[in-house]
Amino acid sequence: MSGSRVIELRRISKSYGPQQVLLEFNLQVREGERLAILGPNGSGKTTLLRIMGLLDSPDSGEIFFRGERVTPQLAPSLRGRITLVFQENVWISGTVRENLLLGLSFRGAGGEEIRLRALQIAERLGLQTLLEKKMWQLSGGEQKRVCIARALVLEPELLLLDEPTAWLDRKSSSLIEEALKKVEGTVVFSTTDPVQAKRLADRVVRLGYRLTV
Amino acid sequence: MSALAIAARSVEISGLATLLACAWCLPLSLRLSTSSRGRALRTLFLSLTSVPTVVIGLLLYLLLSSSGPLGSLSLLYTPLAVVIGQAVLVTPLMISLVMEAIARVSPAITDLALTLGASRKHLMGLLRREASPSIVCAVLLAFCRAVGELGVALMLGGNIPGWTRVMSTAIALELERGEVGLCLQLAGLLLAIVLPLVFIARRLEERRR
Repeated sequence: MSGSRVIELRRISKSYGPQQVLLEFNLQVREGERLAILGPNGSGKTTLLRIMGLLDSPDSGEIFFRGERVTPQLAPSLRGRITLVFQENVWISGTVRENLLLGLSFRGAGGEEIRLRALQIAERLGLQTLLEKKMWQLSGGEQKRVCIARALVLEPELLLLDEPTAWLDRKSSSLIEEALKKVEGTVVFSTTDPVQAKRLADRVVRLGYRLTV
Repeated sequence: MSALAIAARSVEISGLATLLACAWCLPLSLRLSTSSRGRALRTLFLSLTSVPTVVIGLLLYLLLSSSGPLGSLSLLYTPLAVVIGQAVLVTPLMISLVMEAIARVSPAITDLALTLGASRKHLMGLLRREASPSIVCAVLLAFCRAVGELGVALMLGGNIPGWTRVMSTAIALELERGEVGLCLQLAGLLLAIVLPLVFIARRLEERRR
């Protein structure tokens, strides 16, 4: 993989009270790379993704996004370029369409072309018939696909997914995996399943057992 | 003065008091909810809901009486005094309920909004929208608290017929006079107003999503 670095973590440490979750952790993610963060529950996958998504700050260490050091002042302007899809399906009350266009509404992007792009992404993820449905009417797998589509609509430079197939049945998991295979750009996802990590990723980083970066 | 006329006056005064309280409670609650001391402030306002209405009535009486700092405004024994008093009375309740509602939706929705690139203004709008059924519920419960209270209405309004007499003060007065029938009518009307509102508030809360 020879692309430029999208994000780089240098000697990142994070603890919650007495529990050390990450210790002097280093990671580089290159342009166009598909990286899997593999580890058991409680190994720090979510913490790592939240730090990469600039939602949490590390206790120590540095984060660089496209070579520029991320400071608390810079972080808000970078969010949206880095989008995290949470492990739990988080959605606003309303329809699938409203959820898909949520990020765009924050950017004030309401043009026909952009809406069309949103619909194309919805179609790619098999959501075209669900657009007017309320989110609570959907299954867990369908909700997850909406959450992924909502992030993709923003065309993030770095897409982060926290255990995208957790708690889903086999059919929903394969639908999500198929969708992820079609995602272009730089993707980092976490998983507890080594087979899935190998199937979907170019490179695997293990947490919890032994750090292999 | 008929029971219906007294009830209408009550609804008018307490309705205005609730609207007045909304003017400061809703923006304040949103602001406080997203502050670093949000949880402590929520507990503080929750504690303030236990302040007896007569204490609030007494403090406001001292403020509005002719020898008080705001005596020159001649507000005492006017409907406006009762409106202000009830608005102050329901403030801790409304703020603590709205803050509670926002706290319930906040962590997940805040993370979502931030990762999608929302500004602080967008975040506040989204939190308000997501918590809106519970906010309506808080407003309805605040109205119920205002319409049923006695201390503030009696001390600041003076129970003047057709002017500041409301259901709670009328019940207290008419019972002393032995007009049990009118008291029961007023009590029935009070319950007919409050109970459906509490029911609607609870249903709104349950159907949040």
